This record gives sequence, structure tokens and C-alpha cells, in this order.
Amino acid sequence: MKKNTKTIVNLVLLALLFLAVWVIERTSSASSMLITVLKKGAIYALIAVSMNLLNGFTGLFSLGQAGFMLVGAYTYAVLTIPVAKRVAVYQMYAGGAIHFQLPWLVGILLAGAVAALFAALIGYPVLRLKSDYLAIATLGFAEIIRAIIQYEKLGPITNGSLLLKTYPTFKSTLFPFAAAAICIGIIVLLINSTYGRAFKAIRDDEIAAEAMGINLFRHKQMAFIISSFFAGVGGALLAMYQGTLQANAFKAAMTYEILLIVVIGGMGSVTGSVLASFLFIACSEWWLRFLDAEQFIGSFQVPLLRSGFRMVVFSVVIMIVVLFFRRGIMGDKEFDVEGISKWCRRKFGKGGAKA
Amino acid sequence: MSENVLHVENITMQFGGVVAINNLSMDINKGEIVALIGPNGAGKTTAFNCVTGVYEPTNGLVSFNGEVIVRNHPSGKMKKLYAGQNADKYPEKPVSHTPDQITRRGIARTFQNIRLFKSQSVFNNVLIATHLRRTSNVFTATFRLNAREEKRMREETLELLKIVGLDGLKDELATSLPYGQQRRLEIVRALATKPKLLLLDEPAAGMNPQETDELGQFICQIKDRFDLTVFLIEHHMNLVMDISDRIYVIDFGKQIAEGTPAEVQNNPAVIAAYLGVDESEEKEAGA
Ligand SMILES: Nc1ncnc2c1ncn2[C@@H]1O[C@H](COP(=O)(O)OP(=O)(O)OP(=O)(O)O)[C@@H](O)[C@H]1O
Ligand SMILES: [Mg+2]
Repeated sequence: MKKNTKTIVNLVLLALLFLAVWVIERTSSASSMLITVLKKGAIYALIAVSMNLLNGFTGLFSLGQAGFMLVGAYTYAVLTIPVAKRVAVYQMYAGGAIHFQLPWLVGILLAGAVAALFAALIGYPVLRLKSDYLAIATLGFAEIIRAIIQYEKLGPITNGSLLLKTYPTFKSTLFPFAAAAICIGIIVLLINSTYGRAFKAIRDDEIAAEAMGINLFRHKQMAFIISSFFAGVGGALLAMYQGTLQANAFKAAMTYEILLIVVIGGMGSVTGSVLASFLFIACSEWWLRFLDAEQFIGSFQVPLLRSGFRMVVFSVVIMIVVLFFRRGIMGDKEFDVEGISKWCRRKFGKGGAKA
Repeated sequence: MSENVLHVENITMQFGGVVAINNLSMDINKGEIVALIGPNGAGKTTAFNCVTGVYEPTNGLVSFNGEVIVRNHPSGKMKKLYAGQNADKYPEKPVSHTPDQITRRGIARTFQNIRLFKSQSVFNNVLIATHLRRTSNVFTATFRLNAREEKRMREETLELLKIVGLDGLKDELATSLPYGQQRRLEIVRALATKPKLLLLDEPAAGMNPQETDELGQFICQIKDRFDLTVFLIEHHMNLVMDISDRIYVIDFGKQIAEGTPAEVQNNPAVIAAYLGVDESEEKEAGA
């Protein structure tokens, strides 16, 4: 298949997806589970893809995703709360220290930029060392930044451990879809550029990559900063989705959720991460909800079902995936026109269309 | 007198107490094919690693086309441990470069244990090696503002693959190629960095006599075509004797002979090193 045709077909598929989302939104009630899953799934898709850029495409193991999301979410919220509402939000801190409001788009971009800045600061010392140190450093960063944001002395800016609210949010499901599509699109372009090829070379064989003239530190730093930028943007979108923001929600468990999505989807597959995000969110928010509620059949109480059981099932799923499906749904393949046509050719013999 | 390309002077590489290379000096001139031979564990690969920046030698100097690319003297913990010679010969500030910086200066290499990018196609393996001459930054590359450069990279890659006859296999996974072709691909990948000096670490390892012959021709062919200087480590003596202009022989990290193939072949020290002076010593050496 010609490269141009491929791009066009993929864009048409994307347009159809948007149309479908729009139709679903028009036909179902705003509080329906499907809408929730679509909104949150799109945001998680972006975050998972950003993590995949680092873990799956560059071969760097980072555990700081929740930390960078937190930084992004707070940057966005703090800078975009309307001036008039700051007195109500920063009740404990006399209206807070900031007396201006930035437009939401600027807020989102700054959310990414601040997260990227933190990544640059962490990456500078750590990325020269062996890769394992990055996991430790980013995990530490995520824990520390959460504590710092809740620190009372920073209250005039972060509102301490209290809620941030009344910042601009979105209503339409198309908004998170469009934002995620743009960001993921940029990441895909990056992955398929000469820099993306260098990232994959580093993942495959660091020593050979370096011998081919690829500056390891520079490229790792680049991947880390870009990944964190989009994690920050994802954090801002998540804040918008939730409507209120509290640092406590961004625990290490959130990073593990995203890591699970990346692994289920397939390390090194963008579409895998996207599919897995929607699947994961659908399970955790919707399909597996019943596990958390006590159920009665007649007067018989179904055993095991109680609050928290969902997490047990989840843990088992993680173990099964890690043990038996290490390559995830997609492996490192992509779910696009080319991937599908290749798959069809393999499945239905050589009779299929020749690319 | 032909001009010097690689100059290695009094290199000693010590890992803790183990002296892997001991006061080794070598010179390679433009257009030569020079072989480095020696028994297993003699320190050949380590010598390559010192030249390419993978290891920082404990003592000594390496220069490439007249520029000092590596220089070091024993310092820190190594000061006391140092078991080599010439400890005071290079008191100046150490010079070191990372492997990518050295590749950018024009030294490319292959590896003894093939190191291809295993998830990538044959084409991409070579394409990646053109990355170092990019002029785009990450922004222009992402947003495809470097279309001309990308096109040039792809054309160069295809041309290289055609020269070695791998263009028909360009979309195959690199690691799915037969062994001999993987070795060739590694050489082509190194060529894509546009080197002046090519270091080959046992390029014929695992090849049968016919493949080895073809490889020898191939090396001579690319040497002429790309105006290269070649430095190779090899165990296949036929290949070494056939194509090299000069040979360095090392054992236990020390040079034991140097000269033309004919000279080296008849050197008693070389014969002794390869055959072992007697059985018991050979066993000790192998341990
Ligand atoms: N990173 C290292 N740490 C400690 N010792 C090392 C290291 N690298 C090499 N050595 C030692 O240096 C010596 C020379 O090894 P080297 O790999 O250079 O040998 P070689 O001549 O390439 O052998 P072969 O023909 O088997 O490839 C060996 O004794 C090896 O154990
Ligand atoms: Mg070796």
C-alpha cells in the first residue's frame, strides 16, 4: 500500500471514530457509564501512550507517571481558577497567592511544560547511570512531589491538602478525544521520525546504538522529557474530567494502573495502549463494578462480593497477564490499515490484497 | 610514507588486578588492511573497546588522524594497583570520548557477538546509522519539516543495501537473516555512518570456508569503494593471510609480533603462542 493512501485511510478511520463518539454522545444520557468510559478512557489512552513512549519504545523503565500527572494537573488547576472564585477555593489561605487566570489552553500547555521541566531536572543526573536508577528516582519523585504539594506552607499556591475546584472543565466527550488524538498523533509522528528510530535502537541494543553514533544521554533525556510533557497534559485533562482536584488521588497505584494498561496493550504498540486503556477503564468503572457490591440471589448472599473485591480480581488479572500474556494484546504491532491487511493476509492465505 | 590514521601508544587496560592489555602500541596507515590476531582472551576485543571509547584505558594514548581521542594515566584507586609500565608518560589532563563521539569522528565498528537492532527490519537497521549526520532537531523531525533529509537518508540506505545485495531482503526482520548475512548487515550498518576507519571484530566467525572467502573479497571491495582503512580481528588464518597488509599478534595483552603475513607466519613466538610451548602451560593460559 502506498504511504499516502495509508495515511488517508487511517485518517478516515479516525474521522469515523469521532463521528461514532458524537452519535453516542447525542443518543445517551450524560451520566451514562459509556460516556464516562469514553471520556476517562481517552485521557488514560494519552497517558498510557506517553508511558509507552518511554517504557516500550525507548526501553527506559520509569515509574513516575502519577507524579508527572500530578504536577500537570496542579499546574493547570492553580493557573486557571477564575480570580473571582479564588477566595472561595483558597478559604484557608486568604484567597491564595495568585491573582490572575490563564486561558485553559495555555494552562494545559504549561501543565505539560512544568512536568517536562521536572523530568529534565530528574533526568539530568539519573539518565547517565544505568537504566534501573530511573525507576527508583521517578518513583521517589512521585511520592515526594505529592507530599510537597500537600505541604501546608505551600497552601497559598496549592491549597495544601484541600480540594482545588472551579477551574475550567469540559462537557463534551469530543474534547478529551480531540486532545488525546492530537497528542497521540504527535507521539506517533515522533516515533516514526528519525529520532523515534533512534529511541527504538536504544531499546534494542544500547551498545550498538551508541556505536552507531547515537548520543545515549541526549536521546534518553529527550524521550523522558517528551513522555513527561504528555503525562503532564494528561494530568491536566484528568483534572478537567474530575472537576475537582486533590493530590491524594495520585498515588503510586495510579502509575501501576497505567503500567498495567501499557503491558496489556503491548509494550511498543500505540494502538495497543489505546485499546487497553478503554478496556481497562470499562472494566474498572463499569463491567467489574458489581464485584464491589454485595449481591443477593433471593436471600442467598453471593460469597466474596464486597467492597474491595474488584481490586483482588484486578491483581489476579495482572498476574495472569504478566505470567502468560507478556506480549499483551498487540505485542509491538499496530492496529491500523497496514496491520490489519497484513493480519488478513496471514490468516486467509496469500490471496489478499498485495501491499 | 603513507599517512597515519590510527595511532595507539602504550595502552594498558587493567580491570582491577587483571591486566587485559599491557603496553600495546600499534599504527595503522591510510588504505591499509591490518589484522589483529592472538589466542582467545588475548585482549583483542578489549583493544577495540579502548579505541572506540567503550572502555577508558588505564594508561596510554590513542590518536585518530592526528587528533588525540583517548589519553589517560593511572589515577585514583588505580594509582596503587597499576601493574603496567610508563605510568608517568602521560601526565596531561585525561582525554576521553563516548563511543558515539568517536563514531562521529569516523571510526565505525562491528561486534564479535552480532548486535543488530533485533526488532527492526534490515532496512531500518541501516537507516538508524544515518541518524548521526542529521541536521534536523526533534521538533522539525516530528513535524516532518525535514522531508529532504529523510529522503536522502532513505536513498543512502537503499544504495548501501544494493551494493551488498541485501536490498531484496530489506523488509525482513534483521535477526531472521542467515548468520553470514547478519554479519554483512552489521558491516553495512557501520558503513552507513560514513567511517574512515572500519573496525571488524571477527567478521568471519561462524562462517564456512566459502562464505569466508566471499567475505574477504567483500572487505577488499568496500575498502576500495569507500576509501577505507580496515582494522580487523580474525581467527580464520586463511582470511587474515589473504587480505591483510600487516598483522599485529598479541598474547596476554602484549604484542609478540608484527609484520607482513609472511613474516608473522614464520615467527617462532607466534607459533609458540598458538600451539602452546608445552601442554601444561597451555592449560594454565586457557584457565
Ligand atoms: N569488562 C571486563 N572486566 C573484567 N575483565 C575483562 C573485561 N573485559 C575483558 N576482560 C578480560 O580481558 C581479557 C581479554 O578479553 P578480550 O575479550 O579482549 O579477549 P579477546 O582477545 O577478544 O578473546 P576472544 O578471541 O575470545 O574474543 C580476558 O581475560 C577477559 O576476561
Ligand atoms: Mg574478542
